[in-house]
Amino acid sequence: MMLSSLASRRISPRRLTRNLLQWRATHSRAPLNAVSEQDLAHFTTILEPSSILSTLPPMALPATELDPFNQDWMGKYRGNASTVLKPKTTQQVSEIVKCCSEKRIGIVPQGGNTGLVGGSVPIKDEVVISLANMTQVRSFDPISGILIADAGCILQSLTDYITPHHHIMPLDLGAKGSCQIGGNVATNAGGLRLLRYGSLHGSVLGLEVVLPDGTILDQLTALRKDNTGYDLKQLFIGAEGTLGIITGVSILTPPAPQASNNVILALPHFDNVLPLYQVVKRELSEILSAFEFIDRTAYELAVKHGQGRALSDEDIEGASCFVLVETSGGRREHDEEKLNTLLENLMEGSLINTGVLSQSPAQFSSLWALREGVTEAVSKEGKAYKYDISVPLHTFKECVDATREHLRSKGLLQEGAVRHVLGYGHVGDGNLHLNVVADAYTQEIQDALEPFIYELVQSHRGSVSAEHGIGAMKTHALHYSKSDVSIAWMKKIKELFDPRGIMNPGKVLE
Amino acid sequence: MRPSPACLLNILVPVKRAVDYAVKIRVNPQQTGVDLNVKHSMNPFDEIAVEEAVRIREKLKDEVKSIKAVTIGPPKSVDTLRTALAMGADSAIHVEIPESAPSPEPLGVAKTLRAIIDKNKEIDLVILGKQAIDDDAGQTGQMLAGLLGWSQATFASKVDIDVVNKVATVLREIDGGSEQLKCRLPLIITTDLRLNEPRYASLPNIMKAKKKPIEKLKPTDLGVDLTPILETLKVTEPPKRVGGSKVGSVDELVAKLKDAGFTGV
Repeated sequence: MMLSSLASRRISPRRLTRNLLQWRATHSRAPLNAVSEQDLAHFTTILEPSSILSTLPPMALPATELDPFNQDWMGKYRGNASTVLKPKTTQQVSEIVKCCSEKRIGIVPQGGNTGLVGGSVPIKDEVVISLANMTQVRSFDPISGILIADAGCILQSLTDYITPHHHIMPLDLGAKGSCQIGGNVATNAGGLRLLRYGSLHGSVLGLEVVLPDGTILDQLTALRKDNTGYDLKQLFIGAEGTLGIITGVSILTPPAPQASNNVILALPHFDNVLPLYQVVKRELSEILSAFEFIDRTAYELAVKHGQGRALSDEDIEGASCFVLVETSGGRREHDEEKLNTLLENLMEGSLINTGVLSQSPAQFSSLWALREGVTEAVSKEGKAYKYDISVPLHTFKECVDATREHLRSKGLLQEGAVRHVLGYGHVGDGNLHLNVVADAYTQEIQDALEPFIYELVQSHRGSVSAEHGIGAMKTHALHYSKSDVSIAWMKKIKELFDPRGIMNPGKVLE
Repeated sequence: MRPSPACLLNILVPVKRAVDYAVKIRVNPQQTGVDLNVKHSMNPFDEIAVEEAVRIREKLKDEVKSIKAVTIGPPKSVDTLRTALAMGADSAIHVEIPESAPSPEPLGVAKTLRAIIDKNKEIDLVILGKQAIDDDAGQTGQMLAGLLGWSQATFASKVDIDVVNKVATVLREIDGGSEQLKCRLPLIITTDLRLNEPRYASLPNIMKAKKKPIEKLKPTDLGVDLTPILETLKVTEPPKRVGGSKVGSVDELVAKLKDAGFTGV
């Protein structure tokens, strides 16, 4: 049988373990069940009619009604869920999950469905449990800044809620108008403020999670410090909904900066980015809150799709890439003085060609829009293959160029196939978003890109997913950045929490 | 009060430091005005005015001799002048009023501008924003034209200047569409939204702006009294929008419409 045939060949111990685990994973569990009409009837005893969407009778909605839940934001991943449930309370979530556990029905927890790795949509016909109806802010303490909210609260709404109290959310990303805090936590979202406020592993103080058997794990705490036993919440942060459904989040919100400024700098060569970063870090020190990089192609796409107002032609002449620097501090005059000194020094040196400094809140937003809008511009331009990688800063350009050349050598860099290869990202965090824009999603392009890019990342000992997560997209690529021992223990933990394998099956781990 | 006959354009651009348009404003507890402890920036229509002056220079080059920015406001207003200088104005005038003084009214502003123009006899073109977004008065440009006896072309969406013949062609936004005016210089123009899109201030220009001169004046130096002649009685928020409700069927909708007094046509 399988085991003996493996033992009889000369295979390295690592490969042996991996094959064994794969075999076990695909054979140890009974297959999952789809939602049946009886299940649907049972759900109607737990939830109000407006909280259920289903193509099954008696509701019998057309399948297109469920499209927003079955399809991801990029239009790349598509599932076949027949039923979407939108509970309003944690108790309802718990009862639904208990039912699904007993009936072995696969569950896909879904927040704003803005994920970029296919982690938030069904692979087959799992039931979608959307947190969109859980939108209550449970409490906010303006003195400590601790916010406790339902997982379905949209990030922008939370920002709006705490703004009058002069606090801001510790994370910010382009999807803020649609993404939900539960999803942010489940994916350990990074974003534009990580440089300054750190990751969610640090700012999340407590979680309320519904475990795969329906048990409610209530660790919602408003305590800044609590060293009592194993810190279980860290497992759920970044688990992408595979260990449980996050229903409540307790998060520490920092005080809002009194003064914010931003400036876009035009650089003649990519090689100047690193020395520029060093200078900026040194001269701005504690007021530096973002350092973002966009290459020329990314900038032009953002402008082309009207994401923000363009810089003047003479400002961008000769620029091969741009850097957006943001400062946030307590005192306007102090920040401006630091910023002006920095800019004067840079203008005298040769690291930058020129730059533009925002003169008003409107221009501040407009400059940010040029960076935040790149993601949307890329999606409008064509079908995007997105690779979110962590590699050493000095290799950013090399990675983009190598990918472009590789595609060119395969004859794929032309009309009808790949149109652009561009890079942008959080230089300050060593995180590059490598985007390949094509006219269509094709297997040929996919095969050219993978495993080429993953191997490239591995050669730099980088991460194949800096912040986007694994989802369904990179389950096979996990081993490029994590050892077999790590992966084996991840599977043990998954087995422990979810022995029936119902929680977001097929995501993160194979 | 005609400017000297030399065929060169001297442009004056008055600018105002106003509450930034992105700010969520709140009425103050005394109901006398709006809470001013918020972000301020250059009035967007004035930004368009500065941008237009700079574009006129880019088009006419040496025919434009000077672009002067002016503001009437408290000490902080100097930031607005720096922005104008960074966008391309050559020099600026700050008519400083105390921090606690009430905001100048359009007639007061117009009189001050007239005094400045009387002092700087070579100015033959004044470009202003059509209105300030804090008071939405929309009167200053027109009053200034009246006081000076100059032609005016307001709500401009396109401007063409012929310096040699001292004539300007201006396309104005009017209710019915647009109207084209041919005006003799000297001229007052007020800008409308579609005239142009203001540029970002680039770093080299920001550096240069620091060295450009800003003349400081007081209203008394110009013989102008800015005491308000209007009294604001009360400022209140508009009534809060009440939420709507969802209906379950067409019949319910029809019933609700009937209740509300809507009849069939």
